[in-house]
This record gives sequence, C-alpha cells and structure tokens, in this order.
Amino acid sequence: MKFSFTEEQDEFRSVLRRFLEDKSPSTEVRRLMATADGWEREQWAKINSELGLTAVAIPEAYGGHGFGLSEQCIVLEEMGRSLLCAPYFGSAVLAASAILYAGTEEQKNELLPGIASGSTVATLAFTEENGSWDNSGLTTIFDKSKNEYNITGTKSFVLDGTTADLIIVLARTPNTKKDEGLSLFAVDGQASGLKKEPLKSVDETRKLARIHFDQVPAKLLGVEGNAAGPMKKTMTRSIICLANEMVGGADRLREDALEYVKMRMQFGRSIASFQVTKHKATDMLADVELAKSAAYFAAAAYDEEDDETEEAASIAKAASSEAYMQTAIHSIQMHGGIGFTWDNDTHLWFKRAKSSEVFLGDPAHHHEKMMTIWDA
Amino acid sequence: MTEHTEDYVRKEARTWLENNWDPNLDLFEWRNKLADSGWGLPNWPSDWYGRDLPVGLVPIVEEEFQRIGALPIPKSGIRMLAAATILNHGTEMHKEKFLRRIVTGEDVWCQLFSEPGSGSDLAGATTKAVMAGNKWVVNGQKVWTTSAHKAHWGLLLARTDMDATKHDGLSYFIIDMKQPGVETQPLKQMNGYASFNQVFLTDAEVLPDFQVAELGDGWKVATTTLMHERRAADSLRAWGQVPNSEGPIYDQERAEIETTMAPYKWYPQRAGRVDLIMQRAKETGAIKDPAVRQEIAKLMTLHKSAEWTARRARSAQEQGKPQGPEGSLGKLAASNVARAAAKVHTMISGADSMLSGDDSPENGTVAEVLISFPASSIAGGTDEIQKNIISERVLDMPKETRFDAGKPFKDIPRNTIS
Repeated sequence: MKFSFTEEQDEFRSVLRRFLEDKSPSTEVRRLMATADGWEREQWAKINSELGLTAVAIPEAYGGHGFGLSEQCIVLEEMGRSLLCAPYFGSAVLAASAILYAGTEEQKNELLPGIASGSTVATLAFTEENGSWDNSGLTTIFDKSKNEYNITGTKSFVLDGTTADLIIVLARTPNTKKDEGLSLFAVDGQASGLKKEPLKSVDETRKLARIHFDQVPAKLLGVEGNAAGPMKKTMTRSIICLANEMVGGADRLREDALEYVKMRMQFGRSIASFQVTKHKATDMLADVELAKSAAYFAAAAYDEEDDETEEAASIAKAASSEAYMQTAIHSIQMHGGIGFTWDNDTHLWFKRAKSSEVFLGDPAHHHEKMMTIWDA
Repeated sequence: MTEHTEDYVRKEARTWLENNWDPNLDLFEWRNKLADSGWGLPNWPSDWYGRDLPVGLVPIVEEEFQRIGALPIPKSGIRMLAAATILNHGTEMHKEKFLRRIVTGEDVWCQLFSEPGSGSDLAGATTKAVMAGNKWVVNGQKVWTTSAHKAHWGLLLARTDMDATKHDGLSYFIIDMKQPGVETQPLKQMNGYASFNQVFLTDAEVLPDFQVAELGDGWKVATTTLMHERRAADSLRAWGQVPNSEGPIYDQERAEIETTMAPYKWYPQRAGRVDLIMQRAKETGAIKDPAVRQEIAKLMTLHKSAEWTARRARSAQEQGKPQGPEGSLGKLAASNVARAAAKVHTMISGADSMLSGDDSPENGTVAEVLISFPASSIAGGTDEIQKNIISERVLDMPKETRFDAGKPFKDIPRNTIS
C-alpha cells in the first residue's frame, strides 16, 4: 500500500496550514465559539471558496474535485490543528458520504453540488438521545402514504443541527430492529414539524443539537429499507476523517506545550531541562506519531479498498482518541497553573479532545468493533 | 555497458556463480572462493575480498545467489562488526591477519565494551590497559559479551589514561581470547538462558601491534563498531532463513546458524509474541471475556500503530525525504508493545501463567514471554536513554547536565560498589 504523502499532498498541506493559521487564529476561534451558531455563513463562504475545501472529496460528476479520502484527511487534520469553526464535518463528511452511498444518481446530482460549493450546509442526524453509535438504539420511524414519507422521532448530538440547510436523517420502518428496515432521508432544514434545540456542549467550537421530528415530510434517498450498507460505509469513512482531524489537534497541542516548556524558567533553569519534562514530551511525541500512522494508514486503506479498512478505521479512532486526550492532559500539566485558566488556549483543544473522544464511538466501542471483526 | 550498471553486475554475478557454485563443496572451501572472487561481499574494497560495488547494487548480487541457491557470506554477528571496524581503522597487518578468516567465518569474534559499572554510560569503562615492558597488560571485567566463550578474538575498549578526560582516555585493542588471562563465565538471565558472558581480564596481554587507531582514539573507533551493531542485528534475522535444499554444504550452514542463533532463541518472546494472542484467546475461551477483549484490542491498536509507523518511516525514506520524528520511535514503541503483550498473555492464560517449561501453554513459550519482556526496554539502549536522545535530537530540548566533562577521569565520581 502506498503509505507516504506525495510532494503535491505535502504542498497542499503547507498551503492549507498557512492559510488556516491566518484565517483561524485562536482569537477567531474564541469569537465564533461564543456565538450561538458557532460559525458565520459569510466568513465560512470566503474561507471555503478560496481553497474549495467542501469540494475536495466529492466526485467531479457532482461538482467536486474528486480527490481521495487521503486528501480530505489532510484538510481535516489541518482543520483539527487550527480548530477552525466551520460546518465542515457534518456537511462535507457525514452528510456528503451518506448521500454519495445511499442516493440515486438523480439525488446525487441534485444534492451534492450544493454541498461541494458550500452553498448548502448539510448534516446527518443519526444518533439519538441514548447516544448509541450503532443502529441498535435507533427508534425514529417513518411512515409512507401515497409515496410521501414522514418522519417522527428525536435525534440528538446532531452536528450544526440548528444551522444546517439540509438534514439527512436515518429512520426505520416501524417494528424493525437493528440493521433491518433502515432508510435515509433528506429533510429541508426549514421543514414543518421540525423542532431544533441547541445543546449546551463542553466543546463550544462544535455545536450540537437535539432535533424533534413530528410528521416531518422527507425525501427517501435510494432504496427503502436498504440504508444499513450505505450507513456502514458512511460511518467507516467518517471515523477515519475524525481520527485524522484529531491527530491534527493533538499535534498542535503537543507543539504548543513543547514551545511553552522551552520558554518557561523556574529555579533558574528552563523547565524543559528537567528530565521528567523531556521524557513526558517524548511520550507525547510517540503517542501522537503512532496515532498519526494509524490515521494515515486507515485513509490510504480506504482509498485502496483494502480488506483491512474497517479494522484500520477503528484502530485509528481508538488510537487518536487516546492520544488526543492524553496529549491534552499532559499539555495542561506542562503549562502548570496557567494551563487550566480560560485565557490560555489549551482548554479549547482539550475540550475538542473530549468531544472527539466519544463522538462516533469511544475507544471501548472501537475496541469491541475490532474484536468482532477478528473473532468472526 | 559500464561496470556499475544493474544489468552488467547481474550478468557478471550470474556467470561467475554458474561457473563456481557447487553444492558439493565444503562450506569453507566455498567461502574461500567467495573471498578470492570478491562476490561474497561485493561492496567491500577490491583489495580486501570485495569488488568495490556501490551498496545499492548488492541486492542484485544477492538475487543471483538466491536464484541459483548459492550460500551467501553471513553478513551478521560480531565478526562483521569487527570487519567494519578493521576496514575503517585497522592497519594493513590487521586487514591481512583478520579479514579473510572473518569472511570465511573461521574465526569467532566478541565485543568487550560493556562493564558492570558502565552500561548506558559505555565511555565510563574502567578496564585498564597498562604498557608493561613491550606489551599491554589488561585488567578489568566486561559483561554482556555474546559468544565470548567461543571467541578467538575480542574487540576491547580499555582505559589507557586515567588523567585524560573520560572519552579521551580510552583506547581500542584486538585481544586474543584464547590466553590464560582471559576467563569467561556464562551470565544466566532471569529467564534461564545464558545468552551472554562475563569476561574477567587478569593480566591479559595485548601486543602493541594489536592496538587499533591512535592511543586515546578508542571512543571514536567504538562509535564505528556501534554504528554497525544495529545493522548487524537486522541481518541476523535475515540470515535465519536457510534454503531448504539438501546437501552437505547446506547441512554445514544450518549447523552454523543453529549455533550462532542459539543465544537469540528467546528474542521473539522478549518482544511479546503478539502473533499468538488471538489464537490463544480463542483456544482458551478468554476471547469471550469483555475485559480481556478490551485489553487485546488495546494491545493490537498499539502493535498495529507501531507497525504502520515503521512502514511510514520506510516509505518516507524510500521517497528520499529527510527522516521525520516517526523514524526514531521504533524502539520505544517496541518496549510498550512487549509490556502490554505480557499483560494480555497473562490475562489469557490465567492460572497457567504460574507455570513454566512444558507445563506452560505453547510448550513454555508463554512462560518465556512473561519472564523475558523486561529485557526489551533495557537491551540495546534503555527506554530512559532513548527518551533523552529523542528529546534532545528530535525535540531540541536542553541536553542533560554533564558532571563528567572537562576533568580527568580519575576525578569523576564512580560507583561506590564495584
């Protein structure tokens, strides 16, 4: 398997890094996270139009640039690094994948170009209040009369759920269980019968919502009752994306903490000269680099349709969850007292580490997933 | 066609092998042919049993050896470290006297660097060489010496000047191991193997001609030897794969490998035997235990991430990129994998973890994992030293304060218990 970035990919990454350092400094992150929406349409349109970020991995036939997941993961790693406040993950990762894998040709032509250009902000509503990341806890149902579909139920933990223009919803035929009877639907963000409640989230840079559906009119994506397969692919892809976003954030935290200890003097010496600090910094490097390898490998495996893709995705998510959280904890410790103040930036990434640790399944969930694959 | 193109080298090697390889030859007769022709170590100088080939073309020659089933020169073990050191720093006499028998494998070598009082701090060696009359007289103790009991020659690092600074007071010698002043004792490890020796040097003698490089240059020469150590360890693993072919020469080679590899039999166990985990979990039924499943998955996550990190480093290297941080983390990751694997093996084996030898699962292999893994975070550089090196070289953090620089070695505090 090809397992190293090409010169073009490296160049893309460095352009993106400089660009996001400029557009998303922590002052900007703090400004946007304090708003109710968490992002601004005009500001996001400007950032997105310059580099075509939402278009990267959408096929050219549907208005995208047609790059692979490895390229999209470069975008996500850099976004994770800069903690960019933008409705990217829900739209260009979760919703776009669901449409791509579940939708008919006509639906892809209709829905994907808007997501690719950024004019449509979409999201995927699949998790419910029980917080289950597989389909076992899914209770939202749909009914059908004269080929018109209506959805009833409550979705939770929906990324950018209050601001999305288009909500892709996973619902089931009444009285079905687990992977049976699942269908994906497209729902207009302004549809009647929708009640959107913002949730107070620890990670203010990533807004979550609870959405109540009361007989909300919806358009079926693809074939009725056939969404389990497309959802599985969507999840695998999104987990890999999240893992890559996370290693970007972890690496940034690690670098900032390292820079800080090199600068901080106590007892007449740099605290970076203490062996405990040196060893901790090395452990952090090892954690992050190993997690990066897993995240990169998983993306490459996905692009090459490798048999190991699913387990690689779970390994990447488990490794990056542990690495990001551990790095965040070490980073605060290395900063000392200032590390747990509001004014210091470390907590912004710490909170992202916490929300990402559980989003799309915590390490224990993914450990069990990989064991299920190996124990088959 | 020029001499150093792939096609030319391949054709030349093939022709020579077709005319000379004969599985009915005696092993040493064959290796002497390789020494005379230079095909055994083609990247060595043509004056000394090689053909001056660039290293990059060596795989072409190796492919031709494999194609015809010819036995290569074993490019492993301490004798290859000796060869590299002698080629770099030795006199004409050293090359004349030692290199050929290194190539043919007739002489066994050992490395006398580590001491009970200087492990990570190798340059703190206190074994002394004193000029008495017309020869060097050596006194001291060395340790972790693989093959010392079989060795004909030793690479010796000894202190020749107590008034010089630590690194400047060391000199490098080749010592005859078959003399009365050299006594070797096996060093038994906690896992029961005795893969190494202790060597006691009591008025052992070295002729002045057997000094390598200048007096006081011992540390510089030792660095050359150590640089080749990691490479030798890698090729040792490769050498283990003997062709399955029948014939006396193959039997001879297999017997030699068997003896050479014996001290390393427990190395896979030291690394944790992750390869056995799933099979063991299934056959014991431990796979059904949710707590065990979690621990197995954690181990596999670590193991796979480490493996992919090594692949990532290799890919980058193949692309000609400068080495990134991922290239320096392998050894630390391996220690963590070994530790985690021992823990998981224990969970899987339960009460059987108390048993040893053929009472233990997998005919003792599991027990061997459980009592061998602590060596992995020590041998070849402790985790602590690795972390110092990585933090200083990769993360550019301040160097450790030294208490042993710029003063005579005799004034540096040393172990109170010797």
